[in-house]
Amino acid sequence: MAAAEPSIDALGQFKLDTALGALGASVNFTNSNFMMLVAGGLILALLYFGMRPKAIIPGRLQALAEIAYDGIYSMCHEQIGHEGRAYFPFIFTLFFFVMFGNLLGLLPFTFTYTSHIAVTFGLALIVIVVATVVALRIHGWKFFTYFFPEGAPKALAPIIIPVEVISYLSRPISLSIRLCANMVAGHVMFEVFASFIVMMAASSMLGHFGIVAAIGPMALNVILMGFELLVAFLQAYVFAILTCIYLHDAVHLH
Amino acid sequence: MRRVAALATAGSFLLTSAAFAAEAVKTVPPQIDFANPLLKSQVVWLGLIFLALYLLLANWALPQVAQVLETRAARIKKDLDAAMTAKAEADAAVAELTAATRKAHAEAQAAINAAVDTAKAEAAALAAAANDRLNAQLAAAEARISAARAAAVGALREVATSATTDLVTRLAGFTPATAVINAAVINAAVDHALTARAA
Repeated sequence: MAAAEPSIDALGQFKLDTALGALGASVNFTNSNFMMLVAGGLILALLYFGMRPKAIIPGRLQALAEIAYDGIYSMCHEQIGHEGRAYFPFIFTLFFFVMFGNLLGLLPFTFTYTSHIAVTFGLALIVIVVATVVALRIHGWKFFTYFFPEGAPKALAPIIIPVEVISYLSRPISLSIRLCANMVAGHVMFEVFASFIVMMAASSMLGHFGIVAAIGPMALNVILMGFELLVAFLQAYVFAILTCIYLHDAVHLH
Repeated sequence: MRRVAALATAGSFLLTSAAFAAEAVKTVPPQIDFANPLLKSQVVWLGLIFLALYLLLANWALPQVAQVLETRAARIKKDLDAAMTAKAEADAAVAELTAATRKAHAEAQAAINAAVDTAKAEAAALAAAANDRLNAQLAAAEARISAARAAAVGALREVATSATTDLVTRLAGFTPATAVINAAVINAAVDHALTARAA
């Protein structure tokens, strides 16, 4: 790689910038936040335009909106129990905010806000704060018995309590890193293979053969796109279902 | 899968940072570039946008969906209830029909039985009357026959006596006493009966 003039800039796609012109720049409104607005707008538009016919027999868009509603609703009900109803709007917002972030990021010229650990950690922090506040509100001081399982030998308390506290506090970390790492990995691979396409096709060493050879990384990117679509949904689902589980713990303790 | 992705991330971070370090352009990936004020402002805006989205969804968009789903559930329940009522009515009607049919069957059977009994009694009475009449006729006929036989038997003796008297008168030229003729006829009849028995 002596004359490696075209280097692979795999992380440039994650670079933050200001959006919405001078006004956005004056309040440090980033391209990441712009995509959040787009995602939020799409979610609201799906529900608004989907449900506008208010049909007894739904059309396609209404069926989609209803499936979205029903899917998250049953997830809340199954994971949290009867009390899950109260947290349904929160889980719904979380799931679709993450999923639209993941999916929009797969479109060219967009920004994947879920690829920023600051964003995913922010979301995870919201989750853990909500869960803890819910637990304290329902159980009061009894919430702290959560860190010491009933029936465990008292002598083990010095070991069990720190372990439980650490595992509780590590929840937002694992939650945020899982989502961010998945998104970053996918997008870095896209960028790397896409760069290979250009580099191979333009290579003076490979000549015309380079154009044929470039089909390889391109095919890989096509396959990767299918895989990433799955990951986009799956990671949003994992994020939402783990939030449900944390809320279940908060509501029921143990 | 997740581990592979995480490894790939870590690897790509390392590789690219190393490459950048070599070129000394930019050493930090944008995600952990804490010197960039946009990193912090991004999170603040995230909080605001997420809160706004949550409030809009919870208070405006999701209730619309809930309302449509409730309307549909109510409509389905109403239709089901109506169907249940209709089914109950139909069942009642069928039960009523069955009962009426059964009652009509029973009534018809009773009428048939009564008619059959009456007919049997009438037939029995008719048969008894006919029997009595026939018996009476038979008895009368038998009485007539025995009277006729008795008359015939009585007349036979007279015929035999008068025939014998005539015969004797013509042969012997005189008329024998009636007592003699009678005795002779009786003797001949007894002989005849004895020879008939012997034969």
